[in-house]
Amino acid sequence: MVERVVMSLREARRDLTPTATLCLLIICLILLAAILAPFLAPHREGEILTTGSFMSPGEGLFLGSDYLGRDLFSRLFYGLRLTVVVSLTIALLAFLVGCSLGFLAAVLGGRFDMLISRLVDALIAFPAIMLALIVITALGPSIPVLVVTIAFIDSTRVFRVARALGVDIVVQDYVEAATVRGERFGWLMWHEILPNALVPLAAEFGIRFTYAILFISALSFLGLGVQPPQADLGVLIRENMQGLLYGTFTPLYPALCIAAITISINLLVDWYLRRNDAASPEDLQ
Amino acid sequence: MNILSVIVQRLGLGILTVLIVSILVFVGTEILPGDVAYAILGQGATPELVANIQERLGLDEPAHLRYLAWLGELLRGDLGTSLANGAILNDVIGERIGNTVLLAAVTAAIAVPLSVVLGLIASTRPDSAIDRLISTSTLALISVPDFLIAVLLVSLFAVQLGWLPAIANLNRVDGFLEYARVLALPVTALSFTVMAHMARMTRSAVLNVLTSSPIEMAILKGVPKWRIILVHALPNAIAPIINVIALNLAYLITGIVVIESMFNFPGIGRLMVEGVTTRDIPLVQAAAMIFCSTYVVLNLAADIISLIANPRVRHPK
Repeated sequence: MVERVVMSLREARRDLTPTATLCLLIICLILLAAILAPFLAPHREGEILTTGSFMSPGEGLFLGSDYLGRDLFSRLFYGLRLTVVVSLTIALLAFLVGCSLGFLAAVLGGRFDMLISRLVDALIAFPAIMLALIVITALGPSIPVLVVTIAFIDSTRVFRVARALGVDIVVQDYVEAATVRGERFGWLMWHEILPNALVPLAAEFGIRFTYAILFISALSFLGLGVQPPQADLGVLIRENMQGLLYGTFTPLYPALCIAAITISINLLVDWYLRRNDAASPEDLQ
Repeated sequence: MNILSVIVQRLGLGILTVLIVSILVFVGTEILPGDVAYAILGQGATPELVANIQERLGLDEPAHLRYLAWLGELLRGDLGTSLANGAILNDVIGERIGNTVLLAAVTAAIAVPLSVVLGLIASTRPDSAIDRLISTSTLALISVPDFLIAVLLVSLFAVQLGWLPAIANLNRVDGFLEYARVLALPVTALSFTVMAHMARMTRSAVLNVLTSSPIEMAILKGVPKWRIILVHALPNAIAPIINVIALNLAYLITGIVVIESMFNFPGIGRLMVEGVTTRDIPLVQAAAMIFCSTYVVLNLAADIISLIANPRVRHPK
């Protein structure tokens, strides 16, 4: 098993294009920065260092100060950390729910499939942001509410992809053989369906992750996501927007951080799909 | 099946979807544990005050009766009153809806033709340099949050160059040129994301048609390329392209909410965000119903148009 993973990783490395290598590097750096934020950031997150807001870079402030005179560079680390943690949780949760229900619908078929599929159709007829805004109105914007809401919205998309993949796989001869052999249901899902759906699902995970980043950042930017004093990248853009009018680029840095992650992931997913000659999960919907 | 009966069936489905949407909007805002009375009172909620408000708003009645009452008023065109300031929502929303429609219409008028053309160019020369340029740049664009594009545009054109206003104030605007100046940045920011999605999906839809067996047959017969695209591929591609356009209206709606807030644009997107902040439930419900119904109706229209445009549906065997 380990040998197989090492083998396939080695093969993947051979196929890396320069763009894909760069994207992979950026993603690794960003994940590292997110994990090691407290050690890498030169100052504490909320520490007010100067009385000057939107100061230009220099004097130990690598990217200048923010609207309260805090070190923007340090705040970027912490903001990145929060964005990555929240978005990863959202993507994982959406996957857990979407994949299990999707495969279940594909294998069981019948009334179960019908019921969930229609429910998902109804939810997708709803622009995602509207659903989020409605729930936030009712429950207020706390991080658990945001995570569950966005994961719920996302899981409908994952469900469609997983179900479409599952339906294709269930009719294959090897699955039929396993069924005839008398394999149990859980075994079927884990050993027959999951491995054969892995490539498109991995791609879908990348897409969902970027989607979660964009969604939570947009909500935070609107003031409806993460609430200060906690700050993710969206909050950092929002609270420093005034700086733009003073001619500084303060809100651009967190925005560029978001763009760096999402563009890298999407380009990497694109490379991965081309390499494996697989259809985009978006086409499966 | 007769095309007319298909259309009638789709219309029925559309009405059903709007009904489901209304249930979701109502359930989402009113039955979830966040209590309306507590939302209004905030910190100063005492049990008496809560009971008082619940009675005044009819919240002591069972949920399904409240839903029916709300739906009935909605159908009569009465959106209710704002919780935050008691304003009549019909007036507040009526004042701003025109602005949002203007923003969306101008964006669509620019983004739709441009992105269809870009998608067509890319799909007719798959894997050429121009296709790769279009595919990669649109992929990068859809990865970028809409507010990044907006922030970049504002910092460049409004702050550094000072050519265009950073705030979209429509109050003292008259004349076409003034409107164009105020709308330029919001429309450009919105168009970028919508266009990227639409161009990519158009490309894959047309490519799908171009690799189908009738087209392959035409190529093998030696039909000239322009004839293949115009006579054989395009009629079959119109339906998927229209569907792509309708699907992308969802991005347009998300974009409108973000961009209106960013530019302080006086439309219902920003109004809704303000409503969410102040937990003004009737306002959020009304705005959500307007956005969602528009989305459903436009999707329905696209569905019907693509049915009519599809040669296989028009001439059943």
